[in-house]
Amino acid sequence: MHLRIRALRLPRRVAFVLPLLLLFAAGCSPEHYPQTGLRPLSDYARIGDDIQNTTFYWAVGVFVLVEGALLYAIFRFRGKPDDPEPRQIHGNTAIEIIWTVVPALILAAIAVPTVRGIFETNAIPKGPEVLTVEVVGHQWWWEFRYPDLKLTTANELHIPVGQTVLVRMGSGDVIHSFWPPRFAGKRDVFPNRETRMWFKAEKAGEYPGQCAEFCGIEHGRMAFRVMAQTPDEFQAWVAHMQTLGPKRAAAAATDSVRTASAGAAVQTGKTPAAKPQAGGQDTAAAAQAAPPSDPAYAAGEKLFMAKGCVGCHSLQAVDAPKGMIGPNLANVGARTTIGAGSFKNTDETLARWIQNPQLLKQGVLMPNLGVTPDEAKSLVAFLRAHK
Amino acid sequence: MATTALGHRAHAAAGHAEPTGIWSWITTVDHKRIGILYGTTAFMFFLMGGIEALLLRIQLGSPDNTFLSPTTYNELFTMHGTTMIFLAIMPISAAFFNFIIPLQIGARDVAFPRLNAFSYWVFLMGGLFLNVSWLFGAAPDTGWFGYANLTSRQYSPGINVDFWLFGLQILGVASLAAAVNFFTTVLNLRAPGMRLMRMPIFTWMSFITQVLLLLAFPVITVALILLMFDRFFGTNFYVPSGGGDPLLWQHLFWIFGHPEVYILILPAFGIISEILPVFSRKPLFGYAAMVFSGIFIAFLGFGVWSHHMFATGMGPIADTYFSLVTMLIAIPTGVKIFNWLGTAWGGSIQYKTPMYFALGFIAMFIIGGLSGVMHASPPADLQQTDTYFVVAHFHYVMFGGSIFGLVAGAYYWWPKMFGRVLNERLGKWHFWLMLIGFNVTFFPMHILGLNGMPRRVYTYPAGLGFETLNLLETIGAFILASSFAVFLYNIYRTWRGPRNAPADPWNGATLEWSIPSPPQEWNFAEVPVVHGRDPLWEAKRERSGPLPEPARVSGEGIHLPNPSYWPLVTALGLTAMMAGVMLIHHLGPWGILAGGAIMLFGIFNWVFEPAG
Repeated sequence: MHLRIRALRLPRRVAFVLPLLLLFAAGCSPEHYPQTGLRPLSDYARIGDDIQNTTFYWAVGVFVLVEGALLYAIFRFRGKPDDPEPRQIHGNTAIEIIWTVVPALILAAIAVPTVRGIFETNAIPKGPEVLTVEVVGHQWWWEFRYPDLKLTTANELHIPVGQTVLVRMGSGDVIHSFWPPRFAGKRDVFPNRETRMWFKAEKAGEYPGQCAEFCGIEHGRMAFRVMAQTPDEFQAWVAHMQTLGPKRAAAAATDSVRTASAGAAVQTGKTPAAKPQAGGQDTAAAAQAAPPSDPAYAAGEKLFMAKGCVGCHSLQAVDAPKGMIGPNLANVGARTTIGAGSFKNTDETLARWIQNPQLLKQGVLMPNLGVTPDEAKSLVAFLRAHK
Repeated sequence: MATTALGHRAHAAAGHAEPTGIWSWITTVDHKRIGILYGTTAFMFFLMGGIEALLLRIQLGSPDNTFLSPTTYNELFTMHGTTMIFLAIMPISAAFFNFIIPLQIGARDVAFPRLNAFSYWVFLMGGLFLNVSWLFGAAPDTGWFGYANLTSRQYSPGINVDFWLFGLQILGVASLAAAVNFFTTVLNLRAPGMRLMRMPIFTWMSFITQVLLLLAFPVITVALILLMFDRFFGTNFYVPSGGGDPLLWQHLFWIFGHPEVYILILPAFGIISEILPVFSRKPLFGYAAMVFSGIFIAFLGFGVWSHHMFATGMGPIADTYFSLVTMLIAIPTGVKIFNWLGTAWGGSIQYKTPMYFALGFIAMFIIGGLSGVMHASPPADLQQTDTYFVVAHFHYVMFGGSIFGLVAGAYYWWPKMFGRVLNERLGKWHFWLMLIGFNVTFFPMHILGLNGMPRRVYTYPAGLGFETLNLLETIGAFILASSFAVFLYNIYRTWRGPRNAPADPWNGATLEWSIPSPPQEWNFAEVPVVHGRDPLWEAKRERSGPLPEPARVSGEGIHLPNPSYWPLVTALGLTAMMAGVMLIHHLGPWGILAGGAIMLFGIFNWVFEPAG
């Protein structure tokens, strides 16, 4: 009788809780989270996601059963102080065996796909169609290199959709962890060993990622963007980047760029597309070779040398020097963010950054160089032209 | 000096009055007083760690918040973790080891009472040492895990890492000394008839914990010594530019760190395994299975360390091994949960506050265990690791598990420790606020973690979707904090109330309930003889009713160890010596020599002190 009343009251409580739960469930939806790990967009990420789903469903099943049994016991075996002593049971061997063996079987159901997944994710892809990218972690920004394309950039990783990318990683200082959640789980980045991951992106778009191993003061602002592009867009980007060579070496660059670009086309396995690309980029190279006539640009260029910016930042994407302390700025004008994925790349923010980087990102290794607001404007004009 | 101390205590024993006053606490070697000292100190540190957590939560309550600077945030999360693990959960567990183990096994004290006092003083010094760093504006800031090579001189030139390094070394001494003591106590001082398989389950789990401490702490000690060499004497164990390997630190740290997880949870397992039978009025279901699953968990705990390191890319063979053994641990853990259910099942459950917390423990621990199984699988873990999903997981284990268990133990043993029963109504308020606050704080972290929020970030930008749930978590953290305000008020009210707890307020099964509350200095006027697992229930069954309230006796003729302040002197010397190493570049060898001399002076006098 007592129990039945309880049971009757239960649905009303559930009805009250239900809308709240729905609201909560809506808040859980991965669609609200651009950096979610629950919406994989690559073959590699799907391997982990499938296993995670399998494990999750088993966990939910076990959760419901065990918490249900607990709640049942809590309500069913409520006693009063003067109740007679319950039956004194010390144990039951058969039951012990059952609840040892059943979880073992469930774990086996998780273990089998796990082991398969481990070996699949560890199989490093090889072959001419694989695009190799080098990721170098720095306090607190990311360097991205394309060894076959001889290109270097920072904080925005451009990759082609539909082509397997092999990521080879290292660090310039402490341990970081490279994490583009839509495409792969984390892989730590070490100063003294190479680690690898690989993935084939499925959908073009701009996707956030960030460092996942605590690496010092500004670990919280060591983000990056993955720019997944259609093969054509990626080709165009590569071709454009290859015009950003050593300055004023335009004439010599034109030749080498053409060869490099052809190499890039081989990489993507899209040889037919390479020709028009290579043709189009000669004009781009010429455009880059002649600097804008804007006086602010010229002033900025001087300041870039005078203020010592050039000591830490390279402005060339092609054959960029290795081991620079600051991010490569060859295409900084075109990037969506500055400060390693931290702030929108507007003229105003860039100027603020140049004047006092510590104000925006305390602890960042770039010192305050005593740049005046006017000088900052010139530097912004100069950098903005580097796209 | 020593004779004065001797006379003092001898007088107390003859005069039948407990010594009082601060001096009696400073020189105490009584395991019960040391237990209370441990508990009080650790609870203070727990509150500090909680305040640190609230500051972190305020900072994360909104995106791009500037409430805390990145440096302060990093210091706070480092100290929050270090404090909660080494200065709160471990020593609160130690408070129960101290107070309860000798009572449960029918002993008059621990095996080495002065070593016990030494452990406490070293723990206190270590805790103060770590926290003094705040006053110098140099709190540790590289995480409780202190990953190399961020901790090298090159990347952490300040004194912050040194405070952490030497603080942990000092605390390690306390833990090892205590572990030797309780290991010996349990093996050698059990009452006649108390065979190993008749030992109360809390004593069993605590005993296993001591074994873990003995085997795990030497590893972190060595790891820290290597770090000290790197930072102070130019070696390159973890420095890649000198041919060292930062990954070595991770292996050493987690060879210690994973058993450490069981050091933190096994005592709580033991506590709720005591509470569930008493309040279900039914013996523990599957006692042997409980004991052996505990041993099995501890054993496997030494073989799974690299599951903290799946993201380092150890290769498929290592990943497979560590993954499968990690899954294996779920089996004995499941056995424990099922046996707890089996204990309550068919019982006559008495809903007192300790039982609320014990049941809360099971409900929360199940969630923590299941999310643990979820990251046993490396391909899935690569997404989960270092995100808030992991923060959620280990808080469900460390808070939903350990803290719920320890609070359950506090309500359960409070009458025995202080002769006063904590208020039931406030206790239940405490429980509900804590349960709700805990879940509101930590459950959304699962969702945020899986959806891409990394740990240890001092802020997050708007637009990644993290805003709403983080705000909710911050609100939850304050609800959680309020539950401990209720607890503090409960303690205050109870302390003001009469000291009238009976010897056996809960119808207990174990020996500690056979003696007065609080126990007299010598615990047992007569050493009990044990005939079964639940000696007190058996005695009550024989009488067909409750036992008479035990009389407080004079205790004449009972041998007690002398009070001593040499453990304190030795602890001070040890701490000064460590500080001397830390300041070697400022003080030269003099700090080390002075501290070492004080320590040796303490040890010398300790050794030659009359035994009484």
